[in-house]
Amino acid sequence: MIASFKIAVRFLKSSRGQTVMIAIGIAIGIAVQIFIGSLIQGLQKSLIDSTIGNAAHITIQQEDNDQLMADYESVIDAVRAADERITYISPVLQQAALIIDGDQTESILIRGFDYKRANPIYAFDSRFVEGRLPAGANEAAIGKELQAELSLSVGDPVDITITGGTKLTYTVSGVFDLKVQSLNKSWFLTTLESAQDQLDKSGLISTIEMQVDDDSVFQVDELAVQLAELPDFSEKKLIQWKEQNEQLLSGLNGQSISSLMIQVFVIVSVVLAIASILAISVLQKSKQIGILKAMGIRNRQASLIFLFQGLILGILGGFLGVALGLGLAYAFTVFARNPDGTPVVALLIEPGFFALSFLIAVVASSLASLIPARRSSRLDPIEVIRNG
Amino acid sequence: MDKIIQLDKVSKIYGTSVKTQVLFDIDLSFDAQSFNAIIGQSGSGKSTLMNIMGTLDRPTSGDVTINGTRTDGMKTNELAALRNQTIGFIFQFHYLLPEFTALENVLMPAVIKYNKPSAETVRRAHELMELVGLEKVKNNLSSKMSGGQQQRTAIARALIMNPQIILADEPTGNLDSDTTQTVYGMMRQINDLYRTTFIIITHDRKIAEMTDRIVEIKDGRINLDVTRSTT
Ligand SMILES: Nc1ncnc2c1ncn2[C@@H]1O[C@H](COP(=O)(O)OP(=O)(O)OP(=O)(O)O)[C@@H](O)[C@H]1O
Ligand SMILES: [Mg+2]
Repeated sequence: MIASFKIAVRFLKSSRGQTVMIAIGIAIGIAVQIFIGSLIQGLQKSLIDSTIGNAAHITIQQEDNDQLMADYESVIDAVRAADERITYISPVLQQAALIIDGDQTESILIRGFDYKRANPIYAFDSRFVEGRLPAGANEAAIGKELQAELSLSVGDPVDITITGGTKLTYTVSGVFDLKVQSLNKSWFLTTLESAQDQLDKSGLISTIEMQVDDDSVFQVDELAVQLAELPDFSEKKLIQWKEQNEQLLSGLNGQSISSLMIQVFVIVSVVLAIASILAISVLQKSKQIGILKAMGIRNRQASLIFLFQGLILGILGGFLGVALGLGLAYAFTVFARNPDGTPVVALLIEPGFFALSFLIAVVASSLASLIPARRSSRLDPIEVIRNG
Repeated sequence: MDKIIQLDKVSKIYGTSVKTQVLFDIDLSFDAQSFNAIIGQSGSGKSTLMNIMGTLDRPTSGDVTINGTRTDGMKTNELAALRNQTIGFIFQFHYLLPEFTALENVLMPAVIKYNKPSAETVRRAHELMELVGLEKVKNNLSSKMSGGQQQRTAIARALIMNPQIILADEPTGNLDSDTTQTVYGMMRQINDLYRTTFIIITHDRKIAEMTDRIVEIKDGRINLDVTRSTT
């Protein structure tokens, strides 16, 4: 085995130009595969992030949509105790309302939050364009779209009408931008207490919203099923983000598959290229193999020479490819930037994926060397000795 | 004396559709430690015979016995091991590995067997290089040496495993007459020193006449077999 390795290394060294060419070929293939993979993964991650990064992953409400929840604190405790993957839990009382301003009518959604609990989910703190979160009983924060429609500013009074015709008056405490137009237009933020008071829903909430940790966002369906099994959850309904975003998910899925296909074809063409070059090299070296066999090298040793060449080329090409892929990814994030300086696409640089690509390079080139290895094993020395 | 190589009714037929019989029922044996020549016209079947004796080729019919062991039932790998330890080849054309230096070529049979040659084998390799007069160029790539130097390297390589038999196919074929004499003298010296059996194919009558036994092949048959009487 060591003899085969030594001979393999010497063969590679003595045709240095060819060795470098093959290694670069493998490297380019692997770099492209890494780049595409990281690009698509990064793209998907940022899409997922912007979709659910600051939104509820699972919400709990009464089965009957009109019903409100009174026992919410005990439900929250039960959920918190049930699973560690749930990181933030926040109760909300919400109700639809209208703002009538002359002949202009805006429909809004009053959302009463307990900000201490809601902030980790929605990051409200950092979303204010002007002013601050509502604090007192008659304060409300509005989105920047609604503010524009109604030309309101911080400190202005705003009248709303709830179902049944009741009119309420709030003072604008701040203007937020949640980066989602529909929310900026409709959400009307108050404190939970104030909402319960003003809407005459003392001790009641509409939904419990929660987030799970980053690693578990794709397990929410399984988690929701698990939570539904909890005692006292028989009249409750759980909704998770995946069922609300089926189209997004199937889009991502399709994208993943096509990216995988591209990666597979890149690798296949690399394998074919290496295999054909090594097949030629076994022809070039058939005289040497013949001599070695006349001197008593065993067939297995003779085939190992080519397997080792494949392995070494794979390791060389793999290293180069990972380096090149990283360089490409780095260049892409540095040079392809939006006007505001953020990268166009934040590539996902995952060590595990790079390690996998390296492994693929090694395995693929070892596989590619199987055919020449076989040929080398089968070569009959007499052919070489006889024909000079 | 012990027979180190024995051929019984060895025939060789080349080709499957168009058959050419090259060797006809050859019965031939060689004594251990002897120094022999095989002569014959071009195309008479000398190389074919030698390749069969060296287990590189198999006879169409008949048996080859090396050192008392019949080779017809042996597997490829067993034959490879037998060649590695028992037979040293010097081919008509030099057949060195161009990727390796002269010294590395000489050590190659030992590397094949032991992966790493022992200090003693390495010492022996240096000795052999001295014996064949190549100590100055032993670290040159074999492809960067003259024909005679390559041939002498091949001789050193054939000797590295201290084989019982050396099969040499026109080892002096493309050398000038002075070098031919040197190479011949070297082989004779090795035969004296290590008691190695030599079977040398040659066109050169003068060389043949210096050996102890001459076997002449004609059209695939033994035409003449003379042994010099040792007194
Ligand atoms: N692979 C082969 N297929 C068919 N015929 C072959 C083959 N190899 C050799 N021969 C024939 O066998 C005969 C003997 O060949 P061989 O090489 O043994 O001759 P030789 O005595 O060594 O000749 P030379 O002195 O020229 O080296 C020749 O007629 C040759 O044409
Ligand atoms: Mg010949």
